Amino acid sequence: MAHISVSPEIPGIRSLALFRPETGKPLYALAQVLLRGPSTLTAAERELIAAYVSSLNRCRFCTDSHAAAARSLFGNEGQLVSEVLEDIETAKISSKMRTLLRIAEKVQQSGKAVAPQDIELAREEGATDRELHDTVLIAATFCMFNRYVDGLATWTPTDPKMYEGMGERLAVKGYVLNKNS
Amino acid sequence: MAYIPLEEHLPGITGLLEYSRETAEPIRELTQILMRGPSTLSEGERELIATVVSSGNGCVFCTTAHTAAANTYYNDPSICEMAKKDIDSTPLSEKIKALLHVARLVGMGGKQVSTEAIDRAKEHGATDLEIHDTVLIAALFCLYNRYVDGLATHLPPDASYYQELAGRLNKNGYVRIPEAYEQLKQKKTKPNS
Repeated sequence: MAHISVSPEIPGIRSLALFRPETGKPLYALAQVLLRGPSTLTAAERELIAAYVSSLNRCRFCTDSHAAAARSLFGNEGQLVSEVLEDIETAKISSKMRTLLRIAEKVQQSGKAVAPQDIELAREEGATDRELHDTVLIAATFCMFNRYVDGLATWTPTDPKMYEGMGERLAVKGYVLNKNS
Repeated sequence: MAYIPLEEHLPGITGLLEYSRETAEPIRELTQILMRGPSTLSEGERELIATVVSSGNGCVFCTTAHTAAANTYYNDPSICEMAKKDIDSTPLSEKIKALLHVARLVGMGGKQVSTEAIDRAKEHGATDLEIHDTVLIAALFCLYNRYVDGLATHLPPDASYYQELAGRLNKNGYVRIPEAYEQLKQKKTKPNS
């Protein structure tokens, strides 16, 4: 049971956004601009960073919903998502993506854990300033979402089908705050 | 030096919010609602939550800035210092002490927030909305702290910066004030003025 009186039949972040719509609105707007706004990282790559950080924070709701969104967006290459959640060093992703995920992992531990060398390695693989910025901010943002969702003990569904549905909706519609979506 | 090119006259979070205005907009809006919007928690109490979390994360810029902001509400600066070191030693209400403990647990991880910590806050009169806002403020500062340190933003050249920033945060809140940034730029380019 959640720590506060949110609707028991609505899972995760959505129950919180409906509990407090004033804060729900900018939270969804932030997710939309970060994960769907203009970027040289694809929406799938950005969802992958979100899912990876959420898995490091052991937030099941965020991990499974963003992994499902990433799978849907990667299409035929959807198996990459499970590979990354298993081990970023062996996953068949680009070298640039691997260096960015390593930076995201450092951010998950602490902002101060990101070393100049981590940034250099990403630059050598072609990462731009903007991509470095977005990777750090996506990782930091999911450290917020994960703590918000688990810190209030919101409902975490266990049925994989529910996450598939969420992933499809996130892939198609993005982050819209609508009771029925 | 920061890992990405930020304007030199804007230390800490300020340079990042100007670097990426599209993402800054919802972050500022969220912060303004949580820290300055209508609430049964005082603005000073909310600044203490931000300070305690930033201190737990070891983020020097955010800790110093929000300590200065909290001190504009509490006449005695030792209160904020005590809150950072030992929450229960402060002369604050039992309710805010319990909420500061919740915030500290959020800083360590969402799953660290125990039913006992929540029950203690409720026993001392904390409402669902106060608990919600405490958790979200704490989570938001886990974002800020990682954003600021993860990109290695620089600290202001002298401590008076924090006093001015705290005054602005008290008076204007977290909305973007372009004039304030221009003033900083002029100071930087005209050191004698």
